[in-house]
Amino acid sequence: MTAVAEVMDYAEVVERFDPVLGLEVHVELNTKTKMFCGCPNEFGGEPNTHVCPTCLGLPGALPVLNGKGVEGAIRIGLALHCEIAEWCRFARKNYFYPDMPKNFQTSQYDEPIAFNGYLDVTLDDGEVVRVQIERAHMEEDTGKSLHVGGATGRIHGAEHSLLDYNRAGVPLIEIVTKPIVGMGERAPEVARAYVTALRDLLLALDVSDVRMDQGSLRCDANVSLMPKGSSEFGTRTETKNVNSFRSVERAVRYEMTRQAAVLVSGGTVTQETRHFQEADGTTSSGRTKETAEDYRYFPEPDLVPIAPAREWVEELRGTLPEMPAARRKRIQTEWSLSAEELRDLFNSGAVDLVEATVAEGAKPNDARSWWVNFLAQEANARETELAALPITPAQVARVAALVDSGELTNKLAREVVKGVLAGEGEPDEVVEKRGLKVVSDDSALLAAVDEALAAQPDIADKIRGGKVQAAGAIVGAVMKATKGQADAKRVRELIIERVGA
Amino acid sequence: MTDLTRLSAAELAEKIHAREVSSAEVTQAHLDRIGQVDDFVHAFLHVDAEGALAAARAVDSALADGQAPVSPIAGVPLALKDVLTTEGVPTTCGSKTLEHWIPPYDATVTRKLREAGVPILGKTNMDEFAMGSSTENSAFGPTHNPWDHARIPGGSGGGSAASLAAFEAPLAIGTDTGGSIRQPGAVTGTVGVKPTYGGVSRYGLVAFSSSLDQAGPCARTVLDAALLHEVIGGWDPLDSTSIDAPVPPVVAAAREGLRGDLTGVKVGVVKEFSGEGYQGGVQRSFEGAVEQLKALGAEVVEVSCPNFVYALPAYYLIAPSECSSNLARFDAMRYGLRVADDGSHSAEEVMSLTREAGFGPEVKRRIMLGTYALSSGYYDAYYGSAQKVRTLISRDFEAAFEKVDVLVSPTTPTTAFKIGERVDDPMAMYLADLCTIPSNLAGNAAMSVPSGLSDEDGLPVGLQIMAPALADDRLYRVGAAYEVARGSITDRVPELKGVSA
Repeated sequence: MTAVAEVMDYAEVVERFDPVLGLEVHVELNTKTKMFCGCPNEFGGEPNTHVCPTCLGLPGALPVLNGKGVEGAIRIGLALHCEIAEWCRFARKNYFYPDMPKNFQTSQYDEPIAFNGYLDVTLDDGEVVRVQIERAHMEEDTGKSLHVGGATGRIHGAEHSLLDYNRAGVPLIEIVTKPIVGMGERAPEVARAYVTALRDLLLALDVSDVRMDQGSLRCDANVSLMPKGSSEFGTRTETKNVNSFRSVERAVRYEMTRQAAVLVSGGTVTQETRHFQEADGTTSSGRTKETAEDYRYFPEPDLVPIAPAREWVEELRGTLPEMPAARRKRIQTEWSLSAEELRDLFNSGAVDLVEATVAEGAKPNDARSWWVNFLAQEANARETELAALPITPAQVARVAALVDSGELTNKLAREVVKGVLAGEGEPDEVVEKRGLKVVSDDSALLAAVDEALAAQPDIADKIRGGKVQAAGAIVGAVMKATKGQADAKRVRELIIERVGA
Repeated sequence: MTDLTRLSAAELAEKIHAREVSSAEVTQAHLDRIGQVDDFVHAFLHVDAEGALAAARAVDSALADGQAPVSPIAGVPLALKDVLTTEGVPTTCGSKTLEHWIPPYDATVTRKLREAGVPILGKTNMDEFAMGSSTENSAFGPTHNPWDHARIPGGSGGGSAASLAAFEAPLAIGTDTGGSIRQPGAVTGTVGVKPTYGGVSRYGLVAFSSSLDQAGPCARTVLDAALLHEVIGGWDPLDSTSIDAPVPPVVAAAREGLRGDLTGVKVGVVKEFSGEGYQGGVQRSFEGAVEQLKALGAEVVEVSCPNFVYALPAYYLIAPSECSSNLARFDAMRYGLRVADDGSHSAEEVMSLTREAGFGPEVKRRIMLGTYALSSGYYDAYYGSAQKVRTLISRDFEAAFEKVDVLVSPTTPTTAFKIGERVDDPMAMYLADLCTIPSNLAGNAAMSVPSGLSDEDGLPVGLQIMAPALADDRLYRVGAAYEVARGSITDRVPELKGVSA
C-alpha cells in the first residue's frame, strides 16, 4: 500500500473547510427500576440477574412505563429550555440484533417528549456559545454483547459471544443537537464543552450517574465538512465509542482532518459509523450504511400515549435546581472573581465545598484559597477526592475565623488543618492539644526580643540607625524562638519599641 | 348417573359447591372424555391431568373445610388456548418455534383462573400464533369439527371451541384478533365472546397483533360464558392497555336475559353483512334469529355501516404489520427453536435459518406483508391508510350505537368448510372473518351465539351480537334471551362416530 496523506494538517483544514457538528448524547437515568419493568436499574451485577419476562422479551410479556423515567425526561427537557409535548407516544424501532431481546427498541420517533431547546456552553476562554437542542426523547437501552476470542473484542473474529441483558430496558434519554455550524477551528472544543456542560447539568438535576466510563453518558459525534463559503452540508460520519470528554474533542478533530484529506484528494466521504480508537486518537470504519437502514417505525401498541398534565410540568419546573451556567454567573458576581479565577475554581471541583464553607461564615476568598490551594494539594498527596478529605466546610470556616481574629497565623492555621485531617478533632481541640495559639503575652515576647537583639547587636545598631527593614532578621529569630506561635506584626512593633527605647 | 361432561358450567359449579360431586370427579370425567375422543378431535396440544386434578382437589378440600367457594366457577375445569402462558406447562402457540418452550411465568388470565379455583385441563390447538380461521395452520396438525370430522372447527381457536362441542371441557379460553373466538364458536355451535378491548388483560397472551388481540370466554351457554368473563376480566397493572374500570355486570345481564324478555331493546341489523357470499342456510338462520328477537320484544331496524366493507383489507395491513414486529423476538437467542448452531454459522445466520425452519407458511406470509407495509415510503399508503379506515369504522359503530343498543349479523358467511378446502386460497380463508373484524378494529364487544343449524347442511350457524365498548353486558342479555327462545343445540351434536367408548 502506498503511503498517502490520510489526514490534513489542522490549520489547513479550518482554512479550507467549515465543520458541521451534530451531537447525540445518550443518558442512562438513575431511576430505581428499568423503563418498562420492575427490575433493578443498577450498573453491573452478575450477568442476567436483573431480568424478568418483560426485559427479556419473553413471549406474552408487556411493558409498563416507569413514571419516574418520564419525570426525568421532562426535567431534562425543561433544564434544556425545551417545549414539553402535550401528547406523545412511543414507537417501535425494528431491527435484529442479539442484544436486543424483542428485536425492536421501544423508543420515541416523531413525537419526542421534549423539543426545541438550547444549552449555553462556556468555552475555555469564557466565551459562551449557545447550542440549539433539536429534541430529547425517551427510549430503552439494549443488553450487552461480550465477544469472546479474537483480538479486538469486536464481533469480527470472535469465537463466540455472550449476552448479558442486565442493561436491557434501562431508561435512556437521547439528546440531539441541531447542526452546530460556524464554530471553525473551535468546533472540537465546542463539542467537548457541550458534553461537559450537559454532564454538569445532568449532575445538577440528579437524574443520572453521568459516568462516561460506565456508559451512563455516551456521545455519538456526527461530523461533516463543507468548503468555506458553502452552506450545503457535506456527507457526515457518526463516530461512536467516544468514552471521555477529551475523546469527544479528539474524535471531532480527527474526523475533520481525515475527511478533509479525503475531500481534497478528490474522494468522497462515506456515510458510515466509525469507531474512535482511544489509543491513537483515530477513528476506524464500522458498519457502512450502504442502504439507509429501514427501522419500520410504528406507534408502540402495547403502551398508551403520554399526555403530561401542564400542572405537572410546571410542578417539575419548580423542582429544577440552579443550573450550572447561572450558578457560575452568580458566583462570579457575588465573589468578585476574574474569569480565570472562576475557571480554576470550577476546574478544581471544589465549588460545592467552597460554597458550603462560605455558608459557614468564611470569606469567599479565604474559603476558595483553603480548598483550591492547600486542601487540593493534600487531596492530591493522598490520592483522594477533595470531598473525601476528613475535614468539613464548617471546620475550614472555623480555622479561617481563628486566623481572622488573630488567634492563629496562616502558618499555624495550616498546622491546625493538618491536625484535623489527622483525626485529632475539631480545630479548637487541635489548637489546644498542639499548643498552637499565637503567643500574645507581651512579657514573654519581650524576653525573646531582648534575647535576639542581644545576640545580634550589629543589627540592633542598624535599626537604631534608621534601617527599619533590618528588623526582619530579628523578627525571624523571635519567630524561631517561639516556634512560630508569635504574631509577627506585634513582634516587629516590640522590636522598634525596644531599640528606640 | 348423570354424564358430568354434558352439564353446563353453572350446573357443575352448583353440584360441586353443594358437594354433591367433587371437582376431582368432574375433572376426571373430562380427562376421561379427552382420553376417549381427543385422538379423533385433536382439540388439545397438551393435557395436564396432574395439574388439573391437583387444582380440583385443592378446591374440594377447601369446600370440605367449610370454606366458601373462591369463585362462582371454582372446581369447574377449563381448556386454555395454547397462546396464553402457563408456568411450568408448555405453551407452543401451535408453532414449531415454541415446541419445547416452558414459560417461567403465568399469564394474568392463567393466574386469575388459578386463583378462582379453575382446574386447567390442558392447552388447546390453534392456528400458528393465532393466524388463521381453520386451525389448519397449527404445526401440530388440524383440529376436527365435532359436528363433522372432515370439517374445520374454525380458527384460530378451533381447539378451544371443539373441546366444548366434543364435551371435553365445559369452559374454554380463546383469543380473538379478527374473529378467533367468535368464528370457531359459530361453526361448532358454541358461545364465544370477544370482550371490549382492554377488558381482559393481555399480559402473558403471546402477541399476534397487540392493538387487536383480546382474550375472552368460550362456553356452551351464554350464562357459562358470563361466569367465566367475570373471573378473567378487569384491570391489570401489567397491561398498560387494560381498562381501569369495573367489569360490566355480565352475569346479572345473562340472568336477566334468561327471563326471555327484550322489550325496549333496540337491535340494528348490519345492512352490509348480507347478500352475495353468504351461504343460503346461514342467511336463513340469521333471518330466523332476527324474527325471534322481534318475538322477544326487541325493536329491530336496519343500520348501514358503510365503512365495514373496508375492514378486511385494513385488518390485513394492521395485523401483519404488528405481527412482523411482535414475532421478531423469535430469533433462537434466548428460548425456543434453534437450528444450524453447529459452529459454522453466524448469529445472524442462525436467526435466519431458525425463523425459516420454525415458522409455517401463513406466519411467513403475514410477516412479509407487514414488513412491506411498514417500509419507508409505503408506510403512509398502507399502515397509515389502514389506521384511517380504522377510525372510520369506529365512527360507523358510534353512529349506529346512537340509534340502537346492539348490532347483529351472521358471525361468519358460511358454515364449517372442509379441511383442506381453503388452504391454498388465503383470500377465501380470510373471508371467514369478514363480519367479525370490525369489532376488533373498533375495540368494541361482540359475541357469537348459536342460531341453530343450517337447513342445507345441518351444520351450526352463529349469530353475532355487537355492543359498544364497555357495554359487554348487553351482549349477554340479548344472547341469553335469544338462547332461551332458540332452544338447545348442543344436545344435537352427533356422537363422535368412530370413537370407541
